[in-house]
Amino acid sequence: MFVRGLKRKCFDGEEDIEGTLAGIKAIPSYNLQRQSLLDMSLVKLQLCHMLVEPNLCRSVLIANTVRQIQEEMTQDGTWQMINTQSTGQASLDRLVSTDILCRSSREQAEGKHVPGYSAFSKDFEGDQAQDSSETMSTGSSVQAPRNLQSDVWEMENPQENKGNFQKSLDQIFETLENKSPNSVEDLFSEVDNSYYDLDTMLTGMMSNTKMGHCDGLETFSSPTTTTSNSNCKSDLNELDHIVEILVES
Amino acid sequence: LAGFGNLMHDVLWCFSQVKGTIDIGVTEADIISTVEFNHTGELLATGDKGGRVVIFQREQESKNQPHRRGEYNVYSTFQSHEPEFDYLKSLEIEEKINKIRWLPQQNAAYFLLSTNDKTVKLWKVSERDKRPEGYNLKDEDGRLRDPSMITMLRVPVLRPMDLMVEATPRRVFANAHTYHINSISVNSDYETYMSADDLRINLWNFEITNQSFNIVDIKPANMEELTEVITAAEFHPHHCNTFVYSSSKGTIRLCDMRTAALCDRHAKFFEEPEDPSNRSFFSEIISSISDVKFSHSGRYIMTRDYLTVKVWDLNMENRPIETYQVHDYLRSKLCSLYENDCIFDKFECVWNGSDSVIMTGSYNNFFRMFDRNTKRDVTLEASRENSKPRAILKPRKVCVGGKRRKDEISVDSLDFSKKILHTAWHPSENIIAVAATNNLYIFQDKVN
Repeated sequence: MFVRGLKRKCFDGEEDIEGTLAGIKAIPSYNLQRQSLLDMSLVKLQLCHMLVEPNLCRSVLIANTVRQIQEEMTQDGTWQMINTQSTGQASLDRLVSTDILCRSSREQAEGKHVPGYSAFSKDFEGDQAQDSSETMSTGSSVQAPRNLQSDVWEMENPQENKGNFQKSLDQIFETLENKSPNSVEDLFSEVDNSYYDLDTMLTGMMSNTKMGHCDGLETFSSPTTTTSNSNCKSDLNELDHIVEILVES
Repeated sequence: LAGFGNLMHDVLWCFSQVKGTIDIGVTEADIISTVEFNHTGELLATGDKGGRVVIFQREQESKNQPHRRGEYNVYSTFQSHEPEFDYLKSLEIEEKINKIRWLPQQNAAYFLLSTNDKTVKLWKVSERDKRPEGYNLKDEDGRLRDPSMITMLRVPVLRPMDLMVEATPRRVFANAHTYHINSISVNSDYETYMSADDLRINLWNFEITNQSFNIVDIKPANMEELTEVITAAEFHPHHCNTFVYSSSKGTIRLCDMRTAALCDRHAKFFEEPEDPSNRSFFSEIISSISDVKFSHSGRYIMTRDYLTVKVWDLNMENRPIETYQVHDYLRSKLCSLYENDCIFDKFECVWNGSDSVIMTGSYNNFFRMFDRNTKRDVTLEASRENSKPRAILKPRKVCVGGKRRKDEISVDSLDFSKKILHTAWHPSENIIAVAATNNLYIFQDKVN
């Protein structure tokens, strides 16, 4: 467990929004940075479905990091559903400085300040006031008011959210083992559409470039637009596809 | 090893040679992915991302130029692995050479093992300096002669020709690895070798290519429970029944093949207890071991994780006997190193011939040496600027905050794209080979 020198402040109503916003203007809190690390890790896991088989060691290490964060967030009671709307492409632009996370717990207890170096942190520099209290991490502080409200709802259903998260993590591992790179779309069923299309497009590009290797036989990984959550269903789609090819030939 | 001065303060390292182009844009295929001296140090092999193997041979020392202690020149170049496509998974199999290991020389030919992610190959490298002439049934161009036109018989004779070095694949060990091969190791019996991937280790006999024994399997029944992978493996240099393998959780297991066919139960388990005050979200990632090497004596093993090199005594499992900081100034930068994936870089480490000095690479084309006896260490750089013949390498220093002295470089100025992942040390002399992206540097100690 980390020893934190910052006060934790529970979100408990609209009257605190302003105070919360003021808190946001300070250096990114530990929770915010932890959320940012979580987002970054999930993006990394998703992006590792490339032309070549993903590096299993790297994937396992990232997944373990994600689990660690999840466990700590669960223990803290600050667990909430991953805000998948903002997790896609957008989160790469909005990654906050995650220096605090690099510090050992000892350094954190001493309250050492390490200067931030991400673009985002420019907005937060300067005020190192003691009451840069932790807000409920939102993953997307720009939309703070809206997300904070939805977070309250999510806070009341920690078990369900945990289940959803575990399912996502499990899907990640299934896809690591799964033969088809297509199942990457199963990772986030609620993912923002534009990001989803980018991913499908990439998969489509991949299968197109592989045409040359396949001596006329279509690859198994032609993109589908199913948003099915289960791998079983995508396997059936593949099976249909294979049968199609066999019948045609 | 007579005349082998090991002590750091006696050794001045000098530039000897550099191989590779100076182009500003580096072709991906030319990036060196493995470096290995053979058992005598006469040959030096490199493998690259394009699947090629280049072997350098040390020239005989000449009396005319005694200060030039045997330079390495290209001896043979061949395409070891080609890119492949796995149709079932719709994924490419890279041709990148992950490891090269030499077999000890037993006749005039040289043998080495080279591997990519999936397939290990045994290559024979041999010289041809004579060729037969005077066949009866074919003429000099190789065309068949009409037997009815032959009026007399002659005995073919061997005539000298220009030296030709040819490499032929003698064995191909394929289809035994579902996951990516990270290590190969030749056993001291010279009859078997092992290949290790992320989850399994297989034992091969050199003569048999269609079968291998699985000796370690850490794949969980349910892949969702996977939390640890194998990162490196090596046979003991003298005991043919003993080997070690390292994991992504910073542990090393020593196994004895005599106890069971499947060595899932280790004979020894090496792990250092975690320092709770240093714990962060990146603790596990930086504890992942990227390389494990037995000392030549067989008494110690050395491991490399992201920030340190550790030496372990085989008789003490609960902690290493020595820990050396390679680039501890990166500890506060782990977040950005995680973001740009540098935290997953796999650095190798090597022993010198007498096990008194260890070496490993870092960023900015720096590499580090640690003298185990004097506890001194030095940071050197592989760069074109220090490439004058026999120029002495100047020690480098990274400045960690505060005032930067004239020759120091600050942490934020380090070039993380210039990483020294692969190095090799001559088995008996102070000659080292350092791979810097697409260039191979050879350094020697100054001859007095």
